[in-house]
Amino acid sequence: MTRVPGAEPGDPARPAGRPTAHRAVQRQAWSVGLATGAYGVSFGALSVASGLDVWQTVALSALMFTGGSQFAFVGVIGAGGTGLAAIATSTLLGIRNGLYGLQVSEFLGVRRAQRALAAQLTIDESTAVAIAQDHDHPRRIGFWHTGIAVYLFWNLFTLIGAVVGNALGDPRRWGLDGAAAAAFVALLWPRLRSRDAGATAALAVLVTVLVVPRAPAGIPVLVAALAALVVGLWPRRSSPMEATPS
Amino acid sequence: MTLWTAVLAACALAFLTKWLGHLVPAAWLSGVRTRRMTSLLPVALLAALVVVQTLAGPAGTLVVDARLVAVAVAVVALVLRAPFILVVVLGALVAAGLRALGWS
Repeated sequence: MTRVPGAEPGDPARPAGRPTAHRAVQRQAWSVGLATGAYGVSFGALSVASGLDVWQTVALSALMFTGGSQFAFVGVIGAGGTGLAAIATSTLLGIRNGLYGLQVSEFLGVRRAQRALAAQLTIDESTAVAIAQDHDHPRRIGFWHTGIAVYLFWNLFTLIGAVVGNALGDPRRWGLDGAAAAAFVALLWPRLRSRDAGATAALAVLVTVLVVPRAPAGIPVLVAALAALVVGLWPRRSSPMEATPS
Repeated sequence: MTLWTAVLAACALAFLTKWLGHLVPAAWLSGVRTRRMTSLLPVALLAALVVVQTLAGPAGTLVVDARLVAVAVAVVALVLRAPFILVVVLGALVAAGLRALGWS
C-alpha cells in the first residue's frame, strides 16, 4: 500500500495500541474512495458528450480533481457557454475546498511539497472522513487514505467513462442529457438539509429561469450565485442565538 | 480561448483555491455571515445547474422534454435513498427510454 505521509510510526500524536481503530478508518476511507470513484464513469461519459475530448476529460479529473466543479465545467461548455463562464462557474463551486483546507490544515501538520499534495486531495470526501474521527492521528489516516483512494478510482473510472462515452455516439439517444440533469440533482440533494439551503436553492432556480432567456449560456448560473449572498446576508429571525421573546 | 486553455486555467484555479485554504490563517474566514454565504454558494450554483441542464434549450429557450421526467425520477430515487450512480443511470434510462418511444 502507498506510504502515507503524516502517519509515520514515530508520529508523536499517535495514540499507542489502537491498530484496530486505525484499520477501521482505512476500510472506511477505501470504501468511500471506491463508491465515489465509481461515479467518475458518469463524469467521463458526460464530459465527452459535452464536447471535450478524452484527454481534456482525463486532465480535468487528474488536475482539477473536485467532482462538482468538473461536472459544472463540462455542463457550461455542453450548454454552449464560453470558456470564461465555465472557468468562473467551476472556480466558484470550488471555493468550499478552500474552506476545507482551513479545517484540515489544523491537524495535518504538513509543509511545502506535502502541503501541495494535501491541497490537491482536499475535497468533500477526504475532509468528511477526516473530521468524522476524534483524534488527530486517525484524522490524518482518514484524510490521506480517502484522498488517495478517491484520486485513484476517480481517475480510473473517468478514463473508462470517457472511452465508453466516446464510442456511444449521439449522447441524447443514450439519455446522457437526462443523466447530467440527474447528476446535478444528486449533487445538490445532500446539501438541502437546512431552511437556508432550501431558500437559497428556490431563489437560485427562480433567478435561473428568469435569466436563461435573457443572457448568453453560462451567465445564468453565475447570476444565480447571488442567491447565496442574498440568503447569507438576510437577517436571521429565529436562530437560537438571536431569538428574543417579544 | 481554446477549450484546452479553459481546461488548464480552471484546473490551476481549482488547485490555487485548495492550496490557499491550507496557507491562510483560519481567522480570516471566521465571520458568521462569511461562513453562511460560502456554505450556501454550492447550493445556489448546483440548483442553477439543475435548471440549465433540465430546461435550457438552444439559444436561450426554455423547453420541457425528456430531461424533466428524468429529473423527476431522480428526485424520487433520492427520496428513496438511492446511491449517486443509480440516480444518474436512472436519469439516462428514463431520457433514453422516452426518446426511443418517440417523445422529444
